[in-house]
Amino acid sequence: MLKTTTVVVGAGHGGLAMSHCLADRSIDHVVLERGEVAHSWRTQRWDSLRLLTPNWMTRLPGYAYCGEDPAGYLAAPDVVELIADYAKETAAPVRANTTVTSVRQNGDGYVVQTDQDCWQARSVVLAAGASTVAKVPALQAGVPAGITTLTPAVYRNPGELPDGGVLVVGASASGIQIAEELHRSGRPVTVAVGEHVRMPRTYRGQDILWWMDAAGLLAERYDQIPDLVRARRLPSMQLVGSPDRRTLDLNSLSDLGVRLVGRLVGIRDGIAQFSGSLANTFALADLKLGRLLDTIDAWAARAGVDSEPRQRFAPTTVPAATPLTLDLRSGETRTILWATGFRPDLSWLDVPVFDRRGEVRHDGGVTTSAGLYLMGMPFLRRRNSSFIDGAGADAADLSDHLTHYLHIN
Amino acid sequence: MTTMHAQVDNGVNVEALLGVRDALPDTPEIAQFQWRTTVSWVNGTHSRSTVDTFYGFGEEQHHKTTFTYDADHPLAFAAQDNGITPVEYVLVALGSCLTAGIASIAQQRKIQLRSVQATVEADEDLHGILGADPAVRNGFSGVRVSYQIDADATADEIKALVAQSQKRSAVYDILTNPTHVTVDVS
Repeated sequence: MLKTTTVVVGAGHGGLAMSHCLADRSIDHVVLERGEVAHSWRTQRWDSLRLLTPNWMTRLPGYAYCGEDPAGYLAAPDVVELIADYAKETAAPVRANTTVTSVRQNGDGYVVQTDQDCWQARSVVLAAGASTVAKVPALQAGVPAGITTLTPAVYRNPGELPDGGVLVVGASASGIQIAEELHRSGRPVTVAVGEHVRMPRTYRGQDILWWMDAAGLLAERYDQIPDLVRARRLPSMQLVGSPDRRTLDLNSLSDLGVRLVGRLVGIRDGIAQFSGSLANTFALADLKLGRLLDTIDAWAARAGVDSEPRQRFAPTTVPAATPLTLDLRSGETRTILWATGFRPDLSWLDVPVFDRRGEVRHDGGVTTSAGLYLMGMPFLRRRNSSFIDGAGADAADLSDHLTHYLHIN
Repeated sequence: MTTMHAQVDNGVNVEALLGVRDALPDTPEIAQFQWRTTVSWVNGTHSRSTVDTFYGFGEEQHHKTTFTYDADHPLAFAAQDNGITPVEYVLVALGSCLTAGIASIAQQRKIQLRSVQATVEADEDLHGILGADPAVRNGFSGVRVSYQIDADATADEIKALVAQSQKRSAVYDILTNPTHVTVDVS
């Protein structure tokens, strides 16, 4: 059995940021990676996808963007290159093509079994990602035969889909981006819209994320907000990273001719059923956006930020007639794309840290099992914990905790 | 918000509700409820429903008293009008559920309510229930709720109360989303 002090599982930006912090603290460690560095960015991204965060925000411990387009958004291959370069520059001890098959407690540490070796470590950092597996709702069982179904994790471009209508289920970043390009490919697109987080790409002349960063919203801590459970369950922001910095929201999809319907709530006898609550779904998102802009305006006034005047965006237009059902057997719908979110895959974790929903119990990434840490989950420690930009502060905090743990044990 | 927080009282015990939510992670089973009514035919389209017991918080529960409700159809339907129609009970249920939600959420958000009034309207095309046109459904073709609220809050805060109340309303969910219903005869 191989020995090290800390095993980091996953060589994405999170695991590498942690590796950098552990090296700074002289903690002996390895980073185990099932594929190559930035594996999911190599294998699970559609062709047109760009980061939702601007280039200047692509910061990691010991790294900052210094290219020519700080306001732009990296395409997936650029993200792979960036993370691979980061691994090289920080000389991270990555063991590539090493899949962890189990992690279990052993004395005062952990045994990490892989398909290559077996490691004994005093501590383990789970940095395998929050979005490893695309979630598909159980009602998929009712989809009639003959309809192609896929998720954003395997979708690449419209050319791979059959001609004909598409039902996109979900209206967060993945759903609206893919809906738009499928519509532009000439396919009739219907989007089933559930709870979503409406965001303009730019506000008062700046990227919306510039405002959220500058006003301190992205650094808000998990132990200082009123409803953490809810904050951790929020869908991803409705954003697209594009060279023209355009806003893509439900109004722009409607204007293009994309049909919006309520949340998909059932499929019965081959007929998809949509919720009649679409108007309130829109109202909730519009009001939430209004509160965010109020917060930003108040901060801008206090901070004396010199920028363009305040803006307010038109409410999301409720379609005059929204169908409550869609007959999936009629031939009108050829494809269903499940843009219904992602989840981590920690099926190899044999440590009793899971709650009844199968999620790891943790306090800001410190799990209930001593020496076992978690990274990269939504609002793990801060609002930006699942962003590339959020990995640095979380890795610094958690590596401090880990160092202290090693010293007192 | 301009309200003095300590003085907000909408008559809702929010602490008790939040206490239940806090207890759920350790005792999720207490959240399992069952609601019941017993319906007896009286005569014609007149029926009488009683509501007395329900199950929840892990045990059988009783209302403070047995409640009785008459349902019938109006004289215009050549019925006796001994009570409101069943579809009107649906409007009562929706309006009272949303209004209870508004009071509770306002209490939690420290918003003092002074008056809350809702008008609930539903459209129905009788071609459906009369079997005159198979393309027309039996139920409502649409439901509209209109609130007039006087409270110590901004217009957007009041809109957010109403939106959140819909998001957390059982009856709103029951009306907007499909539910499996089984009816058998013993």
